[in-house]
Amino acid sequence: MKLSSIDSQLLKAVADLHGIPRGAFNIRKDGEGVLRQSSANIEIVPKRDKPGIDIIVKPGTKNESVHIPVIMTKSGLKDVVYNTFIIGEGADVTIIAGCGIHNQGDQDSQHDGIHEFIIKEGASVKYVEKHYGQGGGQGKRVLNPTTIVTIETGGYAEMEMVQIRGVDDTIRTTEAFIHDKGGLKVVERLLTDGRQKAVSNITIHLIGADSSGQVLSRSVAQDESQQVFRASLVGKNRATGHVECDSIIMGNAQIRAVPELNAESAEAVLTHEAAIGRIAGDQLIKLMTLGLDEKEAIDTILAGFLR
Amino acid sequence: MLELKDISLSFNGSNGDAKEILKNINLTFESGKLYAITGPNGGGKTSIAKVIMGIYQPTQGQILFNGEDITNLSITERARRGLAYAFQQPPRFKGLYVEEVMRIANPAIDDMGIRSYLRDVGLCPEDYIGRDLGPSLSGGETKRLEVAQLLAKDALLTIFDEPEAGVDLWTIQKLISLIIKRHRENKGNTVVIISHHEQFLPICDEIILVADGEIREKGPAASVWPLIRDDIICNCGIRNECGGGLIEAQQYR
Ligand SMILES: Nc1ncnc2c1ncn2[C@@H]1O[C@H](COP(=O)(O)OP(=O)(O)O)[C@@H](O)[C@H]1O
Ligand SMILES: [Mg+2]
Repeated sequence: MKLSSIDSQLLKAVADLHGIPRGAFNIRKDGEGVLRQSSANIEIVPKRDKPGIDIIVKPGTKNESVHIPVIMTKSGLKDVVYNTFIIGEGADVTIIAGCGIHNQGDQDSQHDGIHEFIIKEGASVKYVEKHYGQGGGQGKRVLNPTTIVTIETGGYAEMEMVQIRGVDDTIRTTEAFIHDKGGLKVVERLLTDGRQKAVSNITIHLIGADSSGQVLSRSVAQDESQQVFRASLVGKNRATGHVECDSIIMGNAQIRAVPELNAESAEAVLTHEAAIGRIAGDQLIKLMTLGLDEKEAIDTILAGFLR
Repeated sequence: MLELKDISLSFNGSNGDAKEILKNINLTFESGKLYAITGPNGGGKTSIAKVIMGIYQPTQGQILFNGEDITNLSITERARRGLAYAFQQPPRFKGLYVEEVMRIANPAIDDMGIRSYLRDVGLCPEDYIGRDLGPSLSGGETKRLEVAQLLAKDALLTIFDEPEAGVDLWTIQKLISLIIKRHRENKGNTVVIISHHEQFLPICDEIILVADGEIREKGPAASVWPLIRDDIICNCGIRNECGGGLIEAQQYR
């Protein structure tokens, strides 16, 4: 299969791919797997009962990566996909996911990705998921990711979930279950503009002794866009958890941030910080005194903030 | 090269009345000279700098830069014409790296240049070049980075606003001598340092003493410094109000 220039644009935006990746990968386009390759240690198998793939990483696999981008270029398509990641004991891998929608038509395009992660004992994963929309049609670009994570004893995952721009509607659901000595760090970056709407619900259940969970969210809401962010930590054991949401609000946007701490054990230590505010005037002034105009200064500040 | 003509500035106070911060300021800064602005806290030194940069809009008066009336120009336009200001309290930025802000200050700078400016202000380049200008930096570190940016920018006229504030005594000496050394190397550029530093005031070309929003004294350091040193210019209380730093500096020597 040949990639069109729009395909390549989308792949670059969501997975930083220039052409076909090395190692294991699966590229899904317009509701079908179009390119797939397993490696010696990472097997990618299509599901039989529903659309999607199983990604099975052999125990002990180190320093390998998997790319599983999804692109959509047909207006009016609704794609639902179920992916399961099983990361074997002691493995240490990077997974690059992401979804790019190009909607040039007047019907809505929607992708619902349901991702389940099972991170076995002592395994470690870095997961990067970027969402991006483009195209000038009236049809909306809708992305509803659901991420369910189970971290077994001593496992660790860092999940970076980014909505770059161009997504009209999103409901993001993340739920994690952390067992003994397991750790999870969720980093969320989100930008909305125009009349876009974004809802993110993150819940981390700290089940095991010495488990830890961290949610770091930064968002920018511009124009008339609306964001709702809920992050909930449930401490059921001797565990530590921290939520930080920091947002920049512009124009007539609206942001609701609702951090929730739920201690079900006296040994749980849970903390949160939340802040919503405009771009600080002194930051703008400082960059303008270095010669940037106002727009350049705003762009510089936002790019840094969402990094 | 820079002229402030009859500049006044007022702000609305909490009771709604206008409070006059600067009163009929007339000042001329000449090319290539080194100036000190000094005076008690709250006297209006920072406000003068902000009026020059376009951060505050004067309620009356005119500012000329190389013959051009810049009174109504934006901050950006003034910066592009060659005015620069190192903040007394530089803001923090989450996610903006030291390297990037140095390149914003001077788009022509290369990696070696950035490293050398960082070294000059006493920051080890390896540790700082990739640092974020966010809340993890101390006040003293942000002040040094501020000086590094402005040295890299190398503008026609640069105002350093209390480069010593929040910086340890040992570093103050180095920062101020660095600024002076750079000024001597770049002949033609004008440097204004807002400072209380006792070792700096006597060696600059001119001292401007500001108190209560007015110029109390201005002239060659040789004539103004003794007045300040011996506390002859009374009522302005510089030795009492800002004297902490002076006394400490003396003890340090
Ligand atoms: N933005 C502002 N709004 C209201 N008052 C201000 C503002 N900036 C400065 N001032 C007041 O102006 C006076 C002079 O301040 P400043 O120029 O910062 O003095 P200095 O730098 O000499 O310590 C002070 O009384 C200060 O409170
Ligand atoms: Mg001041």
